[in-house]
Amino acid sequence: MTAQITKPVPVPGTETSLPGPAPSRLRALLPGPSAGANGAAMYRRWWLPWLWTAPAIVCAVVFGVFPFLNTVLLSFTNAKPLGGAASFVGLDNYTRMLDDSDFWLATRNSILYAVIVVPLMVLLPLMLAVLVEKNLPGIGFFRSAFYTPVLASSVVVGLSWQWLLADDGLVNTWLEKAHLIRSAIPFLSDSWLILLSAMGLTLWKGLGWYMVFYLAALGNVPKELHEAAQMDGAGAVRRFWHITIPGVRQAMMLVGTLTGIGSLRVFTEIYMLGSSTGGPGGADRTLPFYIRDVGLDPITGNAGYGSAVSVALFALTLGLTLLAQRLTKEDES
Amino acid sequence: MTTTALDKRRRLLPRWRDYGRPRELVVRYLLLFLVLGLTVGPLLWQLLASLKGTSEDVFGANATLLPHHPTLRAYRTVFDQVPVWSYIRNSLIVVALSITSQLVFSTTAGYMLSKPGWKGRKAVWVVLIASMMFPFESIMVSLFISIRDLGLVDSLAGVWLPGFVGAINVLLMRGAFLAVPREIEDSAMLDGANEWQRFRYLYLPSAWGAIMVVVINTFISAWDDFLWPLIVLRSEGNMTLTLGLSRLQSSSFGYDQRMVMAGSVISVIPVLVLFVITQRWFYKGVSSGAVKI
Repeated sequence: MTAQITKPVPVPGTETSLPGPAPSRLRALLPGPSAGANGAAMYRRWWLPWLWTAPAIVCAVVFGVFPFLNTVLLSFTNAKPLGGAASFVGLDNYTRMLDDSDFWLATRNSILYAVIVVPLMVLLPLMLAVLVEKNLPGIGFFRSAFYTPVLASSVVVGLSWQWLLADDGLVNTWLEKAHLIRSAIPFLSDSWLILLSAMGLTLWKGLGWYMVFYLAALGNVPKELHEAAQMDGAGAVRRFWHITIPGVRQAMMLVGTLTGIGSLRVFTEIYMLGSSTGGPGGADRTLPFYIRDVGLDPITGNAGYGSAVSVALFALTLGLTLLAQRLTKEDES
Repeated sequence: MTTTALDKRRRLLPRWRDYGRPRELVVRYLLLFLVLGLTVGPLLWQLLASLKGTSEDVFGANATLLPHHPTLRAYRTVFDQVPVWSYIRNSLIVVALSITSQLVFSTTAGYMLSKPGWKGRKAVWVVLIASMMFPFESIMVSLFISIRDLGLVDSLAGVWLPGFVGAINVLLMRGAFLAVPREIEDSAMLDGANEWQRFRYLYLPSAWGAIMVVVINTFISAWDDFLWPLIVLRSEGNMTLTLGLSRLQSSSFGYDQRMVMAGSVISVIPVLVLFVITQRWFYKGVSSGAVKI
């Protein structure tokens, strides 16, 4: 297209008087590239690109990179969350962590969360996406409706599940009416059931999100494969396993990675279903929950120790990410 | 003659059997309604419970699904007994601040990163990517200490600042700007548009979809956020809506369940309205790879 241009191209950045809303006094602050020797635009005022990107850089450094470095530093101190003198304590926080059974319990809960939630979150939304993929009358309504749990905040969903799972809540009442159980299932007082209920909540809230994610991926699976298999007499289940799943492998790997990282970040679900203590005696606390408890409590908190646990959480996340990357690579080759 | 016209019209409209075999259709719709009950059911139940009067049971064997005498009493009570207006105002302040800063600075930074020809782009890129590597939960202790040192504990600014401008949104905007064809910019330059004019009148309008994704994602994450406000905010007057709602849960407050449900409904409505208006872009936000569980 550029070859057809007959008018000489004005050198950018040298515009003299132009119509338009940019006031001339502001012109000095606006970026103006001029053609460099190799044809690439070069900015005459070298600092202009920096000015335009500065807020993003500052935010990334101040609220992203620096806090992490500071977390590592803090983990060698006994800083208090609300200030006061802090001193260097060497590896004390880390040795304390290794002996801390509550820390290991939280780690176990977080890992268990990922182990149970990830496979379900990879498969269930995919099945749901297959269900709503076909254009049927009213399918748009179903798609939107399945998405609504994503919109509600975890707090609202938690409140709703609290009342659903209470001893005299809807689930227990219905099960009793159907004579499936004699006494109420203690969803909200037994530590295992709280953990499982929280996982259910995470799944329920994520279904719609990943359904939409998979819908985009399903569009790339060739329709002809399905038709050919159907003619050869393959049923819906076999086509799902042998055509759909291989067709969306990459999307599944990505969902697995995202939900794995997400599982390690769970906090609100436990807070809402297991109350602010994180289950009876804190038995359902996840790592973020534990970090908040030990590191940020205004009175008993030890930001140094909380930082050490934070480093452990980061290491776990990093390990999971690397594992996922490796699996993806192996999958591709 | 009339029959042929009718036949023609009929052929244009899809018929039920065009959608597949009857048995398959029945199974599909049964499954669809089952999932509908499971996903929307709890939220719908929440809405219905909020409309019940005090004489009706919300729980237990005598509770019915539909309220016999629908009433808005619970909504009046929740506004009377709990400072809901203050919660909503605080949430809206954080949402408005976040959307403004995210929008302005993710577009400007994304635009510059989409341009060749300045030194240090790669370094900026690396810093942005690095800032996305750390899960919020693993840096929240030190974030809190930074906010404390800035004197922003128990302030809405403290809730807002870490979400000032997200690297993910910068990358999203950069991608959208890169998709603008080079030829259009060349012809705009030919017409004498300077860089600001090209940014404002060419790039921004063509990245409309990505801008909507940034707005929607920012709105939802700021409106629904819980852990960070829980850490930063202390006093009742500064609490956001999710925080205020979570406090209704503890039975020690002795609140009526209908009221809690009413509060939940109030908090879902803005997001639901946003969803209905901007449905098209919502789905785009998911496929653009934003992280969420």
